[in-house]
Amino acid sequence: MNIFKLSRWLGVGAPTWCFALMLGLDGSTTYAADVIAIRGKQIHTVSGKTIENGVVVCVDGKIATIGDAGSVAIPEGAVVRDAEVVLPGLIDVRTCVGLSGILNVDHDSDHLESSSPLQPELRAIDAYNPREELVEYLRSFGVTTVHTGHAPGELISGQTLIAKTTGNSVEAAVVVDGRAICATLAESSQKSGKQSPGTRGKQMAMLRTLVLEAIEHRSKLAKSPSKEDGKNTGDENDQGGKAADAAVVVRNLKLEAIVDVLEGKKALLITADRAQDIASALRLADEFKISIWLDSAAEAHAMLPQIAAAKVPVLLHPSMARASGEKENITFRNAALLKKHNIPFAIQGGYEPYVPKARVVLFEAAIAAAHELSKEAAIEAITLSPAKILGIQDKVGSIEVGKDADLALYDGDPLEYTSHCVGVVVNGKLFPGESRD
Amino acid sequence: MEMDRRRLLQLGASSIACMAVGDVCSHRSRAEGVSGETTAWLDAKLLTGDSKAGPAVIDRGTLVVRGSKIIAVGRTGEVAIPEGTKTIDAGGKWIMPGLVCTHSHIGGGAAADGSAPIQPGVRILDSINVRDSGFKRALAGGLTTLNIMPGSGHLVSGQTLYCKLRYAGKGPTTIDDILIRDEQGKSLGGLKMANGTNSQGDSPFPGTRGKSAFLVREQYIKAREYHAKVVAAKEDLEKRPPRDLHLESLVEAMQGSRIVHHHTHRHDDIITVLRLAQEFNLRVVLHHVSEGWKVADEIAAAKVPCSIIVLDSPGGKLEARDMALKNGRVLSKAGVTVAFHTDDWITDSRLFARSAALAVRAGMDRDQAVSALTLAGAEMLGLESRIGSLSPGKDADFAILSGDPLSVYSRVLQTWVEGEKAFDLSEPSDALFAEGGQGAGSDLDPFLCCYAQAWQVGGAK
Repeated sequence: MNIFKLSRWLGVGAPTWCFALMLGLDGSTTYAADVIAIRGKQIHTVSGKTIENGVVVCVDGKIATIGDAGSVAIPEGAVVRDAEVVLPGLIDVRTCVGLSGILNVDHDSDHLESSSPLQPELRAIDAYNPREELVEYLRSFGVTTVHTGHAPGELISGQTLIAKTTGNSVEAAVVVDGRAICATLAESSQKSGKQSPGTRGKQMAMLRTLVLEAIEHRSKLAKSPSKEDGKNTGDENDQGGKAADAAVVVRNLKLEAIVDVLEGKKALLITADRAQDIASALRLADEFKISIWLDSAAEAHAMLPQIAAAKVPVLLHPSMARASGEKENITFRNAALLKKHNIPFAIQGGYEPYVPKARVVLFEAAIAAAHELSKEAAIEAITLSPAKILGIQDKVGSIEVGKDADLALYDGDPLEYTSHCVGVVVNGKLFPGESRD
Repeated sequence: MEMDRRRLLQLGASSIACMAVGDVCSHRSRAEGVSGETTAWLDAKLLTGDSKAGPAVIDRGTLVVRGSKIIAVGRTGEVAIPEGTKTIDAGGKWIMPGLVCTHSHIGGGAAADGSAPIQPGVRILDSINVRDSGFKRALAGGLTTLNIMPGSGHLVSGQTLYCKLRYAGKGPTTIDDILIRDEQGKSLGGLKMANGTNSQGDSPFPGTRGKSAFLVREQYIKAREYHAKVVAAKEDLEKRPPRDLHLESLVEAMQGSRIVHHHTHRHDDIITVLRLAQEFNLRVVLHHVSEGWKVADEIAAAKVPCSIIVLDSPGGKLEARDMALKNGRVLSKAGVTVAFHTDDWITDSRLFARSAALAVRAGMDRDQAVSALTLAGAEMLGLESRIGSLSPGKDADFAILSGDPLSVYSRVLQTWVEGEKAFDLSEPSDALFAEGGQGAGSDLDPFLCCYAQAWQVGGAK
């Protein structure tokens, strides 16, 4: 038996077991080899056909080759792994992981700032902790990308970012900074006593007022003598010798964030569960012609034609979200119904204020699959569909040559309760699957 | 009631006989003293829930029910079907004992209030809304028996309630309709206790773990002295101390007639419970037990059972940081009796079987995991002679499933309670609670029908 065959028999590449097993800076086990080959009895590319007995070769963090085991040559020295089922790395389309920590104490809770009801200027990049234990926990079940950020609970709570579930710093982890701005139309974002907003009417009035202010701000910016990337820099020296007059717009981070929404650079993510709040969200989008995402949407089943007509994607609540409060009319069938009505949707892990502190999208998709959504559609709802909604489908979401080498490996049907995630690849780096000990 | 007791004794004798002769147990029957219509399900895959009395799984099995009781269980073809029995071809569907949830909060009830940390005399029985839609959701998960508990914000938050989901037909009118009673007609329940951070707070609540244990010891000692006075007074009412509902409840706990259901997470808090249980001779069940896997041998040595929760991720509070899916495996391998609970609404009763499946995912034995949804839970409520397994003489509480309860793709099709069908997925009104949708969160229909009746009565005047 030559050394290469032996290494394949052991299920690892020669460089791994001979030389170079080492600990990464973030504590994870990584391998020196930059070539990984994953052999899968079933490889769900999601964008194309499912391959039986296939191989995915990853080189320098990208997917280099995909094909039948018989036709694809595994490069010499590659780290080799076997799995029953291979999926694209899973994407959680809406979570607060990394901002809302495992201990749930002030020290690790940065998902909700309650000093003011409208704070679109709060960036997720300033709050995301890539070393949060729950990020690693989610990754161990196959989650490789998270769209995370500020939580529901204020009328506008702040921004989101998209990150990979690896990296020692937020800069290393981030894929897109400032992807969306989070708004909430619910009782949870209402105040008591003489504080605003105290009613649903006031919530909408405050949102409309903010958008109108942003429209005004944008038109002032357009006329301003000093512009950079559509924004006034606010630097006094930046007036180019021109007379300091009223045309110079003072920078306003709050309104700039909303201007980004007006210009389609950021989406407005609106958390709404009750049908009437979903209707309000659609009304706002229609009034200002802005791009919104419906978040949670427990009563989506009662608003299917309206959501479909508005062509608004849904970041659907976790299937196992609790049927109480404003979600009292939630149904396990929401995912299947959205699919049936051709409404783009993805299934989220969501925000959890207590236990479980984070939900695993794999588990949530499985419950949808048990309630009339096809297995294929359930897998798509946590891979390619969220990638498309988030606008990162050129990088992630399916197994295609040239995309990031993000893969999730399972020892059986990934949606089945008793299967296991046996390994995860993020940016071509191999990480362990779920803990069995 | 006397009849019931005799039947239970007979059941005990029959179980022992079965163990002695082994395979005979694969078709056991007991029909004496049971009346009512007889129905047999043929060709079902039976999960008996009890691998001690017979096989845990019968591939082509028959279940015979008469009235509210199971009268026979065994292989199809080997079980005698009494004349006049209505037979139903189960067509390979799975039948398992009704699931027993040892820790639920369905019904919106509460016991102790904020006035004191120890209130053992307060009953949750007096606060439950039997029309809460949560009960129907529990039936949709195959549950038939619940231990409804007050919360964990007190050292002793009050008396828990064991109840049967008797929601067949029009369902219950009052809480009395779902009680589980003993031979004397007394409704059964345990005592809820807690330690760790949940039950700490501003005075008069304890601020530390040491103070928590002290306050509990102080009250049990007081209850012991109270009981000594009651015993010494004998029939002399003059000498008897005035009745104290709180202390009476603690006395019941020390006598073992009221099982203590103890919320606890951290390894050191678990050991504290064991210490107190030994000091006061409490019959205790540990609940949640997040760090049970760290002290599994100690729990096993104390012969204390664990009712554990299975959550999708650790954390949410410091005490639950080291919660792990392996808990069920480690505890059961150490010899601890393990049951699961929903803690509904912490987890959804409709997906209760999922808790067992995730434990199996982490290496727990399959049969033990099924038992942890059924018989083990019944034992923790002291009801194992009446429920928890498909055994002749036990209540006809069972769930019919489309497939393996440990598979995500299986659905509970029907749930039967004491021989009556209380849930049927093919009925749209039941499917609403199983799946959700508009109206699923509202109180059950009977509430509306009562309004209608009141309206008619008023109109007649």
